[in-house]
Amino acid sequence: MTDMARTWRGELREAVGDLTPGVTLCLLFLVTVFLVGAFAPWIAPYDQAVILTNESFSGSSSEMWLGSDYLGRDVLSRLIYGVRITLFLALIITFLSFFAGVGLGFLAAAFGGRVDDWMSRMNDAMLSFPALMLALIVINSLGSSFAVLVLTIAFIDMTRVYRVARALAVNIMVMDYVEAAVVRGEGKGWIIWHEVLPNALTPLAAEFGIRFTYAILFISALSFLGLGVQPPQSDLGVMVKENMQAILYGEYTTLYPAIGIALIAISMNVLVDWMLQRSSAKLPEEI
Amino acid sequence: MVAPLLEVRRLDVSVRDKKGREFKIVDGISFDVQPGEVIALIGESGSGKTTISLACMGYTRPGCHLTGGTVTLGGTNVLDLDLPALQDLRGRDITYVAQSAAASFNGAMTIDAQVTEIPVITGAMTREKALAKAARLYRDLELPDPENIGKRYPHQVSGGQLQRLMAAMAMISDPRLLILDEPTTALDVTTQIEVLYSFKKLIADNGTAAIYVTHDLSLVAQVADHILVLKDGKMVEYGPTEQIIRDPQHDYTKALMAAAHLMPEEIHAPPAIDAEEPPLLQVRNVTAGYGPAQKLIALRNIDLTINAGETVGVIGESGSGKTTLGRLISGLMGAKEGGVYLDGKQLAPSVGKRRREELRQIQFAFQMADVALNPRQRLNKILSRPMMFYRGLSQSEANREVARLLERVDLPTSFAWRFPPELSGGQRQRVNLARALAAEPRLIICDEITSALDTIVAQQILDLLENLQEDLGVSYMFITHDIATVSKISDRIAVMRHGRIVAQGPVNEVLTPPCHEYTQILINSVPEMRTDWLDEAVVERRRLVAALD
Amino acid sequence: MSLTEILAKRLILGLLTMLFVSVLVFVGTEILPGDVAHAILGQAATPESVAHIRERLGLNEPLHVRYVVWLTNFLTGDFGTSLANGADIGTEVSRRLLNTVILAFCTALIAVPLSVLFGLWAAVRPGGLVDRIITATSLALISFPDFLVAVVLVTIFAVKLGWLPAIASIRPGYGLLDWIRVLILPVTGLTFTILAHMVRMTRSAVLNVLSSPAIEMAILKGVPRRRLLLRHALPNALGPIINVVALNLAYLVSGVVVIETLFNFPGLGRYMVEGVTNRDVPIVQTCAMIFCSFYVLLNITADILSILANPRVRYKK
Repeated sequence: MTDMARTWRGELREAVGDLTPGVTLCLLFLVTVFLVGAFAPWIAPYDQAVILTNESFSGSSSEMWLGSDYLGRDVLSRLIYGVRITLFLALIITFLSFFAGVGLGFLAAAFGGRVDDWMSRMNDAMLSFPALMLALIVINSLGSSFAVLVLTIAFIDMTRVYRVARALAVNIMVMDYVEAAVVRGEGKGWIIWHEVLPNALTPLAAEFGIRFTYAILFISALSFLGLGVQPPQSDLGVMVKENMQAILYGEYTTLYPAIGIALIAISMNVLVDWMLQRSSAKLPEEI
Repeated sequence: MVAPLLEVRRLDVSVRDKKGREFKIVDGISFDVQPGEVIALIGESGSGKTTISLACMGYTRPGCHLTGGTVTLGGTNVLDLDLPALQDLRGRDITYVAQSAAASFNGAMTIDAQVTEIPVITGAMTREKALAKAARLYRDLELPDPENIGKRYPHQVSGGQLQRLMAAMAMISDPRLLILDEPTTALDVTTQIEVLYSFKKLIADNGTAAIYVTHDLSLVAQVADHILVLKDGKMVEYGPTEQIIRDPQHDYTKALMAAAHLMPEEIHAPPAIDAEEPPLLQVRNVTAGYGPAQKLIALRNIDLTINAGETVGVIGESGSGKTTLGRLISGLMGAKEGGVYLDGKQLAPSVGKRRREELRQIQFAFQMADVALNPRQRLNKILSRPMMFYRGLSQSEANREVARLLERVDLPTSFAWRFPPELSGGQRQRVNLARALAAEPRLIICDEITSALDTIVAQQILDLLENLQEDLGVSYMFITHDIATVSKISDRIAVMRHGRIVAQGPVNEVLTPPCHEYTQILINSVPEMRTDWLDEAVVERRRLVAALD
Repeated sequence: MSLTEILAKRLILGLLTMLFVSVLVFVGTEILPGDVAHAILGQAATPESVAHIRERLGLNEPLHVRYVVWLTNFLTGDFGTSLANGADIGTEVSRRLLNTVILAFCTALIAVPLSVLFGLWAAVRPGGLVDRIITATSLALISFPDFLVAVVLVTIFAVKLGWLPAIASIRPGYGLLDWIRVLILPVTGLTFTILAHMVRMTRSAVLNVLSSPAIEMAILKGVPRRRLLLRHALPNALGPIINVVALNLAYLVSGVVVIETLFNFPGLGRYMVEGVTNRDVPIVQTCAMIFCSFYVLLNITADILSILANPRVRYKK
């Protein structure tokens, strides 16, 4: 199979060749952020929960590069741990929603008819519910914990992923090559795995990036409202909320986590855009 | 000799690929159009014919750009004009008829509003005058209800009518030059000649000069004074129509002539075969339809027999039910009444209920090879899967078989590791056939497998089919709208119309007069390589249509 | 199917959706654990007092009976009383709803024309300088969390420059000028949360129309550029654009909640967040129903308008 290996390497080389400076920068940034999140305990200069000084919003110094927060904890260390929690939650959420959404979406498309009708109608009904409202209602009833957050947002995301995956698969299912497999007598499973999935991979990868960004923004918004991650745990959204008063003191403490979220999201979006443009793949609907 | 109306000199058009490299898609083209003359640009897909015709209007599609040459219309170089000047010129001096009128009309405006738009907004005519002229043109083009048809919206009239309405839109300003870009290609064969006839009459009556872009040499012989043959953006041959069709100089033109869709001089009787009992495949009294409870009937009382080793042509226009019949036999849809019998045993109505061995014997080859092959699977996987699925071969046995199979369809064995998008259209169609062969079937249903291909490539595929039949004794059910092709390769044929078989039997009997009126219409619609054919054909067609209804 | 039939079908579908939403809101808030009676009593819960409260709130009735009672009350404007302080929710809602509507309306008034304009401007010359700037900026903006722009605005205009208030509280007797002063920052912040999406979607909708064969034909038949855009492209792009606008206005629902909390703005969004924080079920139910109805209503409007804008539907064969 040397031929096969050659084309894979060729494809990778081609992809690297197509990287623009901007995209490279975003990619490097994302890799760095993920590494920082993964190795937070080894990278953070201080324990994030320890109060180091009596002074709130102390401003940057040689000991504390980004100063202290409202309780006198090290902002840089908390930022590093915040990134860890935010990325961790967003990754689990996105994986869960993809597992369920793509699976169900492909099933609906493969079976068609009644099954598809009912599943899609259910999904449309869920989509008629604003995402934040759904989250608020669940949190109102169950309180906010990691499990509730992850499952709720993953469920909300799943309804979006389902729609995209189904639309992609429906477009592929009408292709003659799928029909050729049907006439041959192939089962649904083989068709989904060998005919549909390979052709949906690029747009799904792009959708993964979009959902991941969405998950980050959504958790941050909930945390900012005080309804997401609960202290003593903290993610970037919590940090924004906690340190809002810093603004009044003329300190930028609250901006660091906010900008952090934005930078991660921008990099991911740039990457997604590049991926879609390069493969001239299209997502069924941009929502 | 008067000065030419349009002078094209050393025209170059380039595109830039993904990597930013440029290459020419139109390379040094020069020709003249005299006043009142029709010149045809002929070529296969990718020959640059549409690009040239658009460049004559100073227009390039996104991604293309003009890199050299001049286009002079009455003393001005069109390529030097700025956009407002161009917009002034277009629609008044040069007008355009697009290939797909259905897509090219604006869905949000009435037809009249679009036809009269340019003369009215430029102040060349009052609205009343423009509408009156439009109605006159509609009548000349033999459109039904010429007074009122323009009040409709584009989606409310048929494709053939829209194509004529677009011609009216192009003629309303009395242009000096009319460009027709494959104006009849999207139409059914029997509609095509009527539309072509009305175009020809319109051009002749008004003495308009025209550029006619097409891939079909026999069609263009009816309307053009000069023919320019193109290949890969370069000019191959240029001369008067009579000379090109009587005495082509260049090999490529000769190949085009040889591959043209013409009825054969004489239709030979098929060789007698001793039909086995029971026959390979029988469709018995089938009625089938779509929708809930199959209410929308697509097939009515169909009886069809295919013997081992023979080719049965099924011919009809779009909507005749010919593809539905193919799908029914292969188990993609079930019948409402009647059944399909393989070796005298009835087949289950759906793929899922048929035994694997039954499925193996009937294979399906699709029309569009580019969507019939999964772009993300290597040819090795595409071809080895049926072997493993039906014949239980191991992957390594299948790999060896794939190499043999590729050779059989005249493709290099190294192609096994390629993906379909890396192949040309003709090569893909060979793979498409090879996949069907991989199952070692007894019958292959070929659904329009040559109609998306350029004529020369299509001919090669037909030759391949014949060779395979000789070697393997496989039967074909050849579904097509092209009666000329089917008359050359079939042993027996069935003519379908509105879901019924109106005539069937040995090819020589069905196609030799006296035959069914509808068959006669189809035969009558195949252009002949002589310049006076069209006028006779239209008269004959009208007589036949009257007799049929 | 005639136009009226299609519209009637959509409306009925919308009504059913509303009903579904109400069921979900009710079930989501009532059936899940965290019993309302316990929530009210908190630490002081004894079996007797819980039973008493359950009796008073009608919690012993079967679920579907409670749902019907609740929905009837909601539709007749009886929203009940707050569990936390016993205040009448109706009075509070009517005051706050107005504030939120003013906030959302001002935002829509600015965001919609602005984003349609930018979207069109970018689409007219795809790949041009303007397009590249607008595309890049909007790509960055959709990546911003809802609160980022507002936080930056507050830092600059309220704290550093001291021009505008950082907190948008509304006092009775505020005049027009006071209102404007208070609203500038929240409205700007909220505008940014929906602007970028709307620009991007408008751009792609218009590009889609501009690359159609019908537009190429219009160019080739000599339609002047202005007329090409206004008479040929716009009518065909109108349906998609209206759709985009309505969809994005629906996003205001989540934007409003975040921005109101950030500015301490006395609107419905903050009311709901407070309700969730205190587990004040009737407040959460009422606010959720109002927000969801708005969302569903906009989605139906989008649907109906884009049907009306499609000539294929308007003029049947």
